[in-house]
Amino acid sequence: MAERVIAGRAVVAGEAEGEALVTHDALSFWGGYDFQTGEIIDRHHPLAGVRAGGRVLAVPFSKGSSTTTAVLLEAVRAGTAPAAIVTTGVDSFFALASIVAELMYGRSFPVVALAAEDFALLRTGERLSITRSGEIRRT
Amino acid sequence: MLLSARDQAMLDGALGPAAAFAMSILVRMAEVYGASELMDISQAHIDSTIYLGDATLEFAEKLASLGAKVAVPTSLNVSGVDECGWQNWAVTPEWAAKAARQMLAYEKMGTVPTWTCAPYQTKMRPAFGQQIAWGESNAIAFANSVIGARTERYPDLLDICCAITGRVPASGLHLTENRAGQVLLRLTDVPVALQQDAQFFAVLGHLVGKLAEDRIPVIEGIVVTPAEDELKAFAAAVASSGCVALFHMVGVTPEAPTLDAAFQGRSPERSMEITTADLRAARKELTTADGRELDMVILGSPHFSLAEFAQLAPLVAGRHAHPRVKFLITSSRLMKEDADRAGVLAPIVAFGAQITLDTCILASPMLPPEIKTLMTNSAKYAYYAPSLLNTRVTFGSLADCVRSAIEGRVVRDESVWRSA
Repeated sequence: MAERVIAGRAVVAGEAEGEALVTHDALSFWGGYDFQTGEIIDRHHPLAGVRAGGRVLAVPFSKGSSTTTAVLLEAVRAGTAPAAIVTTGVDSFFALASIVAELMYGRSFPVVALAAEDFALLRTGERLSITRSGEIRRT
Repeated sequence: MLLSARDQAMLDGALGPAAAFAMSILVRMAEVYGASELMDISQAHIDSTIYLGDATLEFAEKLASLGAKVAVPTSLNVSGVDECGWQNWAVTPEWAAKAARQMLAYEKMGTVPTWTCAPYQTKMRPAFGQQIAWGESNAIAFANSVIGARTERYPDLLDICCAITGRVPASGLHLTENRAGQVLLRLTDVPVALQQDAQFFAVLGHLVGKLAEDRIPVIEGIVVTPAEDELKAFAAAVASSGCVALFHMVGVTPEAPTLDAAFQGRSPERSMEITTADLRAARKELTTADGRELDMVILGSPHFSLAEFAQLAPLVAGRHAHPRVKFLITSSRLMKEDADRAGVLAPIVAFGAQITLDTCILASPMLPPEIKTLMTNSAKYAYYAPSLLNTRVTFGSLADCVRSAIEGRVVRDESVWRSA
């Protein structure tokens, strides 16, 4: 029986709920995420063509461009950002986007860091709810 | 979190609202990085200049309207528009106007308007050991690895906060102990002839970026002496396919005179071998086009250097690009002036090349929709263009690119790669 509650570190604290979209491949949002549609567009990535907007995106870490943060900020402003981002280890790019979005638009999304073995438990399609303390409940 | 008296004063607004805003972001991020204090930097490079939409513009104009000024010498990355040449392309007036407003906002902050993604090839090149805050993935990897300057992998929006405050979280790659290699990638059976090939370092970078994941790679087995632009191509590739902010090449880069030095005496977490077959497969991945059709040759990601202009000039002298094929070079205004002064620009322009300044095809929506097939010697262009521009790309050497432009269709000299 899988764990129903996973304890993570709330890198940026917040509450969110949504359908999990899980990948084990790092992603650059610049050249990888269309902030007008909330879709993953990196043709080298296994999730190319999949919508991540509004979902809990579990991606191990950001790669590639420094502009990942700016793309995510645009996505928050446009309402196409993921509901939350879950990573392995602490990803400063995702955290910064959420912190600046809060300052600029009063809207942020939780960023939670999990241990690799906990991250491995997550499955695409399951419903996740995230608490302010960084707990992820799988329902 | 221990703030100095000056940090605290800045946070409290004693140095104005812009510094307070920047410091508030920096303090939050220092907690994310797990830093217990901030430290000084003496230079910054701002990637936040790239206009994407209203959010990037609003952020820039908010800082500018608060009276933001940089506290250290600060260079600027590419913008979203070639101010002098956008009318020749598919850029809309609305985009050009907003991108120009974003440029103006960052210029107002007392920055040096270098407008280039290769700031290490300008007067703003940092020195070994210098503490800096740089954005732009290729520039970060180059500054850390090839020069031995020290920067974290700074994202857009944070780079400018570091520049305004002159401070960074004392963590990550700023600290010696965090700069040790973590994974060993050993070239085995890769012949010298392949290492000498013009595409080798870009292809190797593309492969290493994928293998290294989020670790610091150490590459052993380089037997040639790469030119600076080859290391530039490697840095751009490794930071596109991966998230490498620092790499060590044993016997090549300054913090890796020996394998032991690269690992600071520690043992690698993992070791992997890189074979000729791996390199061949990596090179193949960079080509997403399947035919020989060719609409445009695109060079200059990172921005074309004086040495690259000088290398290109004799290849195109007295020749003409096929009328059906566009030949575009992206560079900075300073580099173009240098190339002109050195006498290497004229034959390139006579060949039919166009030159776009201060931006690139990825940062400015300049390509008309009829451009569907590209050819480039840049692994970064090859990596991003299919996703960002909906184009197909053939990766080849500079000489292949020139020959293809002349013939009007893709031609590649495969001899070294086939026989290797």
